[in-house]
Amino acid sequence: MEIKVTATGPGPERLWREALAAGRLTLPFCDACGRAHFFPRVLCPHCGAGDITFREVSGRGTVHSTTVLRRKPAEGGDLNIALVDFAEGGRMMSRVDGLPPAEVRIGLAVTARILVEDGAPIVVFVPGEAA
Amino acid sequence: MAVHRLRGSAAIVGAGQAGIGEAPGRSPFDLIGDATRAALDDCGLKLSDIDGVFSATMINSMPAISVAEYLGLRPRVTEGTNTGGSSFLAHMQWAALALDAGLCEVALITYGSNQRTGAGKFVTTSETVAWEAPYKPRYPVSAYALAAARHMHEFGTTRAQLAEVAVAARTWANLNPEAFARGPLSIEDVLAARMLSDPLTVKDCCLVTDGAGAIIMTRADRARDFPKAPVYMLGVAAENWHRWVSSMPDLTTTSASRSGPRAMEMAGVSHADLDLVMLYDAFTITPVLFLEDLGFCPKGEGGRFVADGKLRHGGGFALNTNGGGLSCVHPGMYGLFLLIEAVRQLRGECGARQLDAPKTALCHGNGGHWSSQVTAILGLEETL
Repeated sequence: MEIKVTATGPGPERLWREALAAGRLTLPFCDACGRAHFFPRVLCPHCGAGDITFREVSGRGTVHSTTVLRRKPAEGGDLNIALVDFAEGGRMMSRVDGLPPAEVRIGLAVTARILVEDGAPIVVFVPGEAA
Repeated sequence: MAVHRLRGSAAIVGAGQAGIGEAPGRSPFDLIGDATRAALDDCGLKLSDIDGVFSATMINSMPAISVAEYLGLRPRVTEGTNTGGSSFLAHMQWAALALDAGLCEVALITYGSNQRTGAGKFVTTSETVAWEAPYKPRYPVSAYALAAARHMHEFGTTRAQLAEVAVAARTWANLNPEAFARGPLSIEDVLAARMLSDPLTVKDCCLVTDGAGAIIMTRADRARDFPKAPVYMLGVAAENWHRWVSSMPDLTTTSASRSGPRAMEMAGVSHADLDLVMLYDAFTITPVLFLEDLGFCPKGEGGRFVADGKLRHGGGFALNTNGGGLSCVHPGMYGLFLLIEAVRQLRGECGARQLDAPKTALCHGNGGHWSSQVTAILGLEETL
């Protein structure tokens, strides 16, 4: 699945969210230098070229850093916040589910899941490599 | 190499503070007015002499315009760029440029907030960003916690080493009657404090206080005409590589690694020339990264560098002698207070915490989520 960002159509943020809503995790790749980036833009932040194509990605990633936001139970309790590097390139803020928040470690191999939260699809990660 | 035309071209001739700690019942603009009057009294200028206003606040979309209105000024130059807590060091760069170009003659740089008694918590005007908001980070602590965690992972930095930064700041605050947080503080106290965002406890975080500051700058050609020793801007440089922590290129290296060398090159100083180092300490991890990025120790060694207690009063490395954002004052944005403490130290006004005849100071401001980095070098006349 490939979606090209056009000069006049919906912008890259909209395209990324539409794909996500359809159950597909994509990343924007630069047609010129081939590198992925995140967050999505109309130009490549690595080389400046203007032709960007979204491609569906594996969802595999690695925890680059992690913290536990300590919250009272009434505020929802402890919450993991992580920065995850995609296998294909690019980094996003996300959360690792499926482990106690404090047991998420830097370097952990994780795989993306698409959830709906607060009425919108979001990407979270769970431990382990996708089958 | 040619000397940069802004090196020594302008000087701080007046400095003032107001409402440090708690100032119940006074608005941010009241405090800005108080600090401006203190800075004017310090140099003997009149309010009407100010024809350049430089300010950023936590509450205004047009901060410098609002400040000028409150003060009843009709300035020729108005500059309100908000780069977060570093704004006021960046404003010094623009003030020096405007003075050098003759666009204004007397520049006021000011900031004030009542966020302790007015709001009772850390206040930010910052928007959220769609790419981070769904994960509910608490700004700014989570952004700094993510960098601290990565630094610990890559370099073996420990929580006790981070805690040493807070303990050292307290030893200086205990000598500063204006400092808001005084009294004993141990590494154990920091480690046992309530965790906010791992690995940072509430004692790894800066204060939430009221407070305002103001400085008055003129061109060097008239800086000797005022009652107190002028403090010259020898160098300044600003850098930014990202806005949000998820776009930070490297969680353990900030753009201070470029602003620092640039400012020091403009100033023509080396590390050995620096008698005082004022580093923005929003969190204990913050000065650790800046000590590395500014070249005081190798990358990754910041935790071990501070662990021997050298940052404490009498420890041999004069850092954040007012007690810093951790123990003196942090009214939302702190950068201006770095400059004011440097001015006071260079003039010899610091009482029990006074350094032995310092001549040159490095001030480093941070804004956003490690986003904006501004380094300034200040010096007395003999450093020109």
